[in-house]
Amino acid sequence: MDFLIFQVPMLTVQAVLDGLLLGILFALIAYGMALQWGVMNIINIAQGDLVILGGYIAYFMYLYGIHPAWGVIVSPIIMYFVGVIIYKLVINKVVDRDLFISILATFGISILFMQLMNFAFGADVVLANSGYGTTMLFDNSVTLPNSKIFSAFISIVFAIGLVIYMKKSKLGRAIRATAQNARAAKILGVDTEKVYAATFGINAALCGVAGALISITFTIHPYMGLPYTIRSFMIVIVAGLGNLPGVAMSGMGLGVFEEFADYILGTEFRIGSVFLLLVLILVYRRFKLSKKREYLK
Amino acid sequence: MNKNIILYAAILIFGVSAPFVFPAFKVQLSILCILIILAITWNVQGGEMGYNTFGNILFYGLGMYLCASVQVGMFFPLAEWTEGGGEKTFVHTPAQFFQGFAVGLAVAAIVPAIVAGLIGYSILGLRGHYFAICTLGLGVAAGEISGGIEIIGAGQGFTTPPFPKVGSLEARGEFFYFCSFAVLIFTFLAVKAIYSTRFKLVLNAIRDNEDKAEAMGIQTMKYKIIGWMISAFFCGLAGGIMGGLVGYIDSTDVAFDGREMGVFMVLMAILGGKGTLWGPVIGATVFHIFKEGFWTFFLGWQYVALGVLIVVIVIYFPEGIMGWLREKYPERFGEVVDEADRKAQVELK
Repeated sequence: MDFLIFQVPMLTVQAVLDGLLLGILFALIAYGMALQWGVMNIINIAQGDLVILGGYIAYFMYLYGIHPAWGVIVSPIIMYFVGVIIYKLVINKVVDRDLFISILATFGISILFMQLMNFAFGADVVLANSGYGTTMLFDNSVTLPNSKIFSAFISIVFAIGLVIYMKKSKLGRAIRATAQNARAAKILGVDTEKVYAATFGINAALCGVAGALISITFTIHPYMGLPYTIRSFMIVIVAGLGNLPGVAMSGMGLGVFEEFADYILGTEFRIGSVFLLLVLILVYRRFKLSKKREYLK
Repeated sequence: MNKNIILYAAILIFGVSAPFVFPAFKVQLSILCILIILAITWNVQGGEMGYNTFGNILFYGLGMYLCASVQVGMFFPLAEWTEGGGEKTFVHTPAQFFQGFAVGLAVAAIVPAIVAGLIGYSILGLRGHYFAICTLGLGVAAGEISGGIEIIGAGQGFTTPPFPKVGSLEARGEFFYFCSFAVLIFTFLAVKAIYSTRFKLVLNAIRDNEDKAEAMGIQTMKYKIIGWMISAFFCGLAGGIMGGLVGYIDSTDVAFDGREMGVFMVLMAILGGKGTLWGPVIGATVFHIFKEGFWTFFLGWQYVALGVLIVVIVIYFPEGIMGWLREKYPERFGEVVDEADRKAQVELK
């Protein structure tokens, strides 16, 4: 077989580096998903659409002549309030209900957002040009856009910042307490309603950061949300809830997998392979657990 | 009993005469039949068995592609057909068209059922939301992958054989309407027959508590797979007819359209009432009328409306129309009502 990637070995290095940098972004989104899943027991199908919305905020700053990198600051602030509003309107009614209800309700939000973004921003694939240039490695055989390095760096900064915040701050402690036992937390005077709203807001803010970074490094489009949701879901089930190094590792693993799938199978199968990988992972986990007569739950 | 016969007769008479009474709505009525079939099949899986799936769209799209491919491939080279607008160079004679369509429908029903049987053991071992997300992934993956396969038209789509020139101008619409209506009756009667057997009780036991059902000696996996195969069988049939009706198959917008059909079938079943025989029928009818109204008067905003509708139905109306009726008129559902007991329960709530 004459795959380009086997003929030019340097492309392997390229794919791995691209994949790692991309994977850090995925891990950031997945961290938000793990947070809300762990605390509120909600699977948010609209996660990817929040990411895309965050991307459009950065893109609009770019259109109005502000450097899109500032989107990393502005986008999460706006998205935090978007998240809190979504929580107040919809999510608080599904928090303690069946998980399928939350999946379906957030699916509705996802369709709504997709279409509203389509109206507001048009159906074009857009990109906020950061003008950071590229770095050449290994005799110019590996090109690395500086924007990708920048986005990976910012993701790590935000992730570490959030971990510290969750450990040290009062709200972070309340969130962790609610995740452990919502009822006990309530008895001990934690306003769980507020905690849930804040958790969803923080998740949306993380999505906003990731979206702003994606609009700088890759492209955004109103209908591109669902793959991000599926990726973050996949990362969370591989790593498990509350396993931050695991989330980072499996995020980067997924990024590398995707880059290789892109080179070997072709770009048209890229999204398909992500979804298929999700199915394979779930089936693998199911067979592994069924040996112990258990099941995923 | 007597009342039921009158009801069924009325529906049958309405169904048979509808295309002549409302000739302008033939296509809409055919789509309504398809939607009802999809809602009923989803209900077998999601309502009775409790395995909420987003992946039945897989069988629907599979049936669509298979029916059209068989219809073309039986008489002409499939690759040439899809490559350059084959419908212009190759023309089906009426006999070939109907023969191909019949065989195509049979294949479109049987192959998805077999596929469901094959993947069933792996996928149905997952429970709850893992199952839901996994099937969502399956549906989207199927759409993305079929969009990259050359022989069935890849990204540019697949034109199904045009209807041959037989009879009047109305013949095409009438043919597809009666096809879908016949399949609808077949589906309804088959599911009704299934629901009166022990099989339905087993499915309900799985929904209510799978571990206990297993402890009672039921081989749950076997029943789950059979349930999914039944679901897939009728989904494939519906897809095959829908492909012929639409006349053009695209991987992500028509066949594996998880964002529309895939959600519609869940929504219709929930709107009507999960786990009832008539719920999906009512839900699909109401939904279709609502949807067409919106699609006509608020063109462009339909997805916004759809998103809002999903959220509203799911949050405020999870029991559906049948559930609401049941709450309101429990006597009609054969429940013995003890007024004092009921009042006490209401007060407890």
